[in-house]
Amino acid sequence: MNKVTLNIDGKDVKAEKGMTILEAAKTADIHIPTLCHHNKLAPYGACRICMVEISKNGKSKLVTSCVYEVEEGLVVNTATPKVIKIRKMLMELMLASAPVLKEVGQQHGVEKPRFVSEPTQCILCGLCVRYCAEVKGAHAITFVGRGTKRRVAFIDEVVSTGVCMDCRECYGVCPTGKIPRETDGACFEGITVEDVLNSINAK
Amino acid sequence: MARLKSTADLEKTRQKILSKRDPSRPCITVCAGTGCHALGANLVYEAFINEIAKNGLNKKVDIRRTGCHGFCERGPITVIFPDEICYLGIKAEDVPEIISTTLIEKRLVDRLLYEDKDGVKIAHEGDIPFYKHQQRLIFGSNQHIDPESIEDYIALGGYSALAKALSTMKPDDVLDTIKRANLRGRGGGGFPAGVKWETTRNAPGDIKYVIVNADEGDPGAFMDRSLLEGNPHSVIEGLIIGAYAVGSHQGYVYVRQEYPLAVSNLTLALNQARELGILGKNILDSGFDFDVIIHRGAGAFVSGESSALMNAIEGKVGEPRPKYIRTAVSGIWERPSNLNNVETWANVPLIIDKGADWFTSIGTEGSKGTKIFSLVGKVNNTGLVEVPMGISLREIIYDIGGGIPQGKKFKAVQTGGPSGGCLPESYLDIPVDFDELSKAGSMMGSGGMIVMDEDTCMVDVARYFIDFLADESCGKCVPCRAGLEQMLSILDRICNGEGKAEDIEVLEELSDVLQDSALCALGQTAPNPVMSTIQYFRDEYEAHIEQKRCPAGVCKALISYYIDPEKCQACKICLGECPVQAISGDKNIIHIIDQELCTKCNTCFEVCPTRFSAVVKISGEPVPPAPPYGTEVVRKKGKQ
Repeated sequence: MNKVTLNIDGKDVKAEKGMTILEAAKTADIHIPTLCHHNKLAPYGACRICMVEISKNGKSKLVTSCVYEVEEGLVVNTATPKVIKIRKMLMELMLASAPVLKEVGQQHGVEKPRFVSEPTQCILCGLCVRYCAEVKGAHAITFVGRGTKRRVAFIDEVVSTGVCMDCRECYGVCPTGKIPRETDGACFEGITVEDVLNSINAK
Repeated sequence: MARLKSTADLEKTRQKILSKRDPSRPCITVCAGTGCHALGANLVYEAFINEIAKNGLNKKVDIRRTGCHGFCERGPITVIFPDEICYLGIKAEDVPEIISTTLIEKRLVDRLLYEDKDGVKIAHEGDIPFYKHQQRLIFGSNQHIDPESIEDYIALGGYSALAKALSTMKPDDVLDTIKRANLRGRGGGGFPAGVKWETTRNAPGDIKYVIVNADEGDPGAFMDRSLLEGNPHSVIEGLIIGAYAVGSHQGYVYVRQEYPLAVSNLTLALNQARELGILGKNILDSGFDFDVIIHRGAGAFVSGESSALMNAIEGKVGEPRPKYIRTAVSGIWERPSNLNNVETWANVPLIIDKGADWFTSIGTEGSKGTKIFSLVGKVNNTGLVEVPMGISLREIIYDIGGGIPQGKKFKAVQTGGPSGGCLPESYLDIPVDFDELSKAGSMMGSGGMIVMDEDTCMVDVARYFIDFLADESCGKCVPCRAGLEQMLSILDRICNGEGKAEDIEVLEELSDVLQDSALCALGQTAPNPVMSTIQYFRDEYEAHIEQKRCPAGVCKALISYYIDPEKCQACKICLGECPVQAISGDKNIIHIIDQELCTKCNTCFEVCPTRFSAVVKISGEPVPPAPPYGTEVVRKKGKQ
């Protein structure tokens, strides 16, 4: 009884109970785009790009497939016109602060982004923050600020206490390449990668 | 007071309190709610104490500081019982006259009474139109209770609903009563409280929580604050009854740190309830254990969202959770957690006391009972009003609110807080309930009601609310964070006269995506102010974009001031008042505004004597050329 059958894009898919739609789709080789998802991390549901349209009992609804768990008889459409429109707008919004994602944007049909914002090259997917916390247990990166002022930053105690392990695994999870390029520094001006590494090496 | 050992004990205590009170003895109540407090109610209260002592009336007159009476516009308010004589706008200096005239000579102080629009003085609080059209079931006790006194609450029958529930009803009976009453959540969504309670009750797990959501943060809204400050025991009583129904032994009150009086009155009330055995182990000898922890919020609007609130209580950042599981099933520490707002909880004792049938006799088909609104903005009688569901917006704004000040024209009413919508005049007659407001493109929300007159720019209003929400968004999900940022930038542009032809369409496109894809209710409902103003006031958007004109004359970038040379009488008033010395002129010399220096602060417009009305505000048209400096005034006929 731990298996359920759902239908994704017309294909019957058997999935374990407790799996998310995204995981079930992957087992059936159905691609759903993601930006803030990582196999090693708890679902986060922030970029919303993995939205799909589900229907049950004759009602349809938009949900994030990285969080929504499979149900028996669930019908999932991963690329309805509504879903495509939402993904395109989300990409366009993200491109305002991360123009570096131009090619990803093009894959979603954004040729000429209409919006501008501060080009932080960060989409606040939180992969660096969450990877550092959930996988490494280091908690050396965090979010600061709220709303439009939200940023990621290394916790400045890092410099004095050496919380950062210098594993540089956050470099690899960053979808825009911002972390390796700048090691952020957006919030703690004047602190560079070298400062962080030197202070750790000095201990 | 001694610890109450049974429900019978509670009634005995109540009788004892009442036996010590003489209902015919005058009792002066002074509203000490936040509004009256700010207007000096404490000084009034002290003046009463002194004056009573001075006249040797200590044993003949009672005095009581009470919770908010609601008519905040006219505070500080004093009501003298048993005759219910209501004096408004009292100062400490008025107190000796009140004591000598009303209490000693038994006459009214006419000048402190409410005067209706025909000049008729009204002595009794309940006869004042502001109160007459209300049905104050929840809020009405405020004016009889000293919020710091549990005796006052018990005297009015407080905690008897709890006693009834614990001694005569099973948890299922309580649940059934609330379900049959169809009590819907007063915090915003209008979800049936009984259904939510049942979900928590049936959810697996031994440890369950009940929570009061007192994170009221809508601009202009203060009904939950006034309830917690004015009658904290009514909320606590509702919470205990709810806990009994769902099988919870631990409650939380999530209250804003910015509400210090609410926090202190609540803390005191909880301690009093514990002392009496109304909270703690074996409440009123029923075998039921329950206690409450106060959790003070750290200033985030989004923490009013249920899952964000649960995170905050756990000590985490107040951000909503992405999971598709209700907090009623998995809330604080993933345990079933039933969250209702302050006003919802305050309804519970009434329903238990008077029954579901009584409750459903009030209101409309889908929305039962009353609702408290915070009536603010361009309306004569601002304050807190409690009305039966189904009353029309017009009755609230005109009969209770007294209409629009200075004879201006009504333009819109914004209901439901920042995520609500703005409704135009054609909607004034819709019945106010959860479903009708949603149908009209607005919502009940927690009960904010902002009235706007003809001088309000609807684009500017939308911009204001989006600015608020962009600031209060937690920033976690892309549509809310980045979508609101772009909406705000477009609205800023339109208000600055730089709107583009496609802007309205882009705003609508962004609104659609936010509604469909944002993580929580804050983002999903955030476009409401934009969508409703586009729907009902599209012409104002178009005027800003196409003609660079702000019809209401609000958006500074789109308005100009000039002095009509035909009318200027060179009185030098505007010249002296202009804060940036942008006006030149002299005695007998027509005044001229330097358009480059003018900051459009509106001062000259306001100070120009109405008999001249020489300062003109224009929008969407070029400023007429000024006469050469030194041109003498044209005197009005008959003046020379």
